[in-house]
Amino acid sequence: MLSRFQNSRNGLGLVFMLPAALLLLIFLTYPLGLGVWLGFTDTKTGRAGEWVGFENYAFLLGDSVTQLALFNTLFYTIIASIVKFALGLWLALLLNEKLPFKTFFRAVVLLPWIVPTALSAIAFWWIYDSQFSVISWTLVKLGLIDSYIDFLGDPWMARISTIIANIWRGIPFVAISLLAGLQTISPSLYEAAAIDGATPWQRFRNITLPLLTPIIAVVMTFSVLFTFTDFQLIYVLTRGGPLNATHLMATLSFQRAISGGALGEGAAIATAMVPFLLAAIMFSYFGLQRRAWQQGSDK
Amino acid sequence: MSDKTTDSQGMDFLTSTPRRWVTTYIPLLVFMFVLLFPFYWMGITAFKPNKELLSREGNPFWVENPTLAHFKKLFFDTAYPDWLWNTMLVSVVATFASLAAAVFAAYAIERLRFTGSRQAGLAIFFAYLVPPSILFIPLATIVYKLGLFDTRWALILTYPTFLIPFCTWLLMGYFRSIPFELEECALIDGATRWQILVKIVLPLAVPGLISAGIFAFTLSWNEFIYALTFVSSSEVKTVPVGVITELVEGDVYHWGALMAGALMGSLPVAVMYSFFVEYYVSGMTGAVKE
Repeated sequence: MLSRFQNSRNGLGLVFMLPAALLLLIFLTYPLGLGVWLGFTDTKTGRAGEWVGFENYAFLLGDSVTQLALFNTLFYTIIASIVKFALGLWLALLLNEKLPFKTFFRAVVLLPWIVPTALSAIAFWWIYDSQFSVISWTLVKLGLIDSYIDFLGDPWMARISTIIANIWRGIPFVAISLLAGLQTISPSLYEAAAIDGATPWQRFRNITLPLLTPIIAVVMTFSVLFTFTDFQLIYVLTRGGPLNATHLMATLSFQRAISGGALGEGAAIATAMVPFLLAAIMFSYFGLQRRAWQQGSDK
Repeated sequence: MSDKTTDSQGMDFLTSTPRRWVTTYIPLLVFMFVLLFPFYWMGITAFKPNKELLSREGNPFWVENPTLAHFKKLFFDTAYPDWLWNTMLVSVVATFASLAAAVFAAYAIERLRFTGSRQAGLAIFFAYLVPPSILFIPLATIVYKLGLFDTRWALILTYPTFLIPFCTWLLMGYFRSIPFELEECALIDGATRWQILVKIVLPLAVPGLISAGIFAFTLSWNEFIYALTFVSSSEVKTVPVGVITELVEGDVYHWGALMAGALMGSLPVAVMYSFFVEYYVSGMTGAVKE
């Protein structure tokens, strides 16, 4: 009996899946559904809510702060993702060259990504300080500006400053992942192209990019996902200020739900992010499909 | 990540050295400077006395009179040692628990191939894509109802929600690379599935286990939003949350102590990272590539 069980695929599979499945069902699937449900109620901290239908969403649609947060989130995600991709690809190409101390460079590049974001954000907070910013100090000494820049005090400056901090943290992930993709491209392709008279740009355009497309799709999906749902960086640097100019959907839902106690409203904001995330995931799915197809497997 | 270009000379001989300086070395050095400057700044600020910190005179890039006052304040006047201990405890327990659950799940999905294993694999992938920012509100109510609010258990039980999907996904890739034939031989010799897992698959998957383990540890160490939401007493906070919420008193920023706290909180992961760079890289790219 026992030995039969030990070799039964379904029985054993079920038992092996149990710990992971149980934990994920209780702490991931259930909260996911609960979050959607909370979005349709007027739950406050310490008070069970009642079903209010689309009232939260109707209110949020007309709420200027939420509209601003949505704009900020899209702006933040689009600009940061494009720059991260461009700089990350450039860095990956640089690291793919023959270099002295290559392993060292590659190791160092990842540092911004592995250090806790909340802690590196503190360093940026100090770099962006309105009175003692080292960037302002340098620019003043160089004679380029007269007075210190208020990096986090002015709405547009704050948006750009937070985006730069996000880019700084995100580049390593993009660069190292793309580098892994670059290393799978056979050098003989480049040699053949060079013999045929292809310029460096043509080699990049017609060999590197097409072969890298599948991995770019996946890496950028993850990058967009992380950026769109970012919370720590904004929470540490600006808490959404000045004048809500840097509030993202995630920080706004935290403010409304945890600081403000309006759990239902906060959950509605969080749920409103889901359609955007689904779009990103669909993109990833089709990116993966394409990869399998390119490798000639029928999986 | 093996360097596949070593057997070929490449086309480097086509570009001259001055040209390589402009196209490769200088941009690379600029990248390095920008990526590392915040760490240098963190380090140098942590050792600066307040007088130098709050002055526009002198050279800000160097310390005139280095001091350990900020570290002393951090370790003796705040709950920082508690935060370090909490972060360590929560990260280690959550990592090992998740790794154990992930090994079984990955083996079942990848090798037992039970009915519905493909769907289970896909579900794991989607679970990996669910961001904490949309889960923290409902999770907060669940944690509260379970009576776990403001305890370390709240973090130990919720961190696996992002650790298990990640580890399982990574380990599925590793298990896939282990030849079926090894398991078939063992089966013919009369080994049970359990023996195969423990004596054949796990020893071969050690690099994968290390990758997943240190990666999961870093993810837990860096976690912020759950720790911020589920914990409110100083003695159960983690380092990132403690530094952000307790070292800022009103409008008075203790920059030196803040930086010392950030530095000490970053060092453990940075040190571990330096020992396991290759595992990290393969963990990260493995998770993306599969």
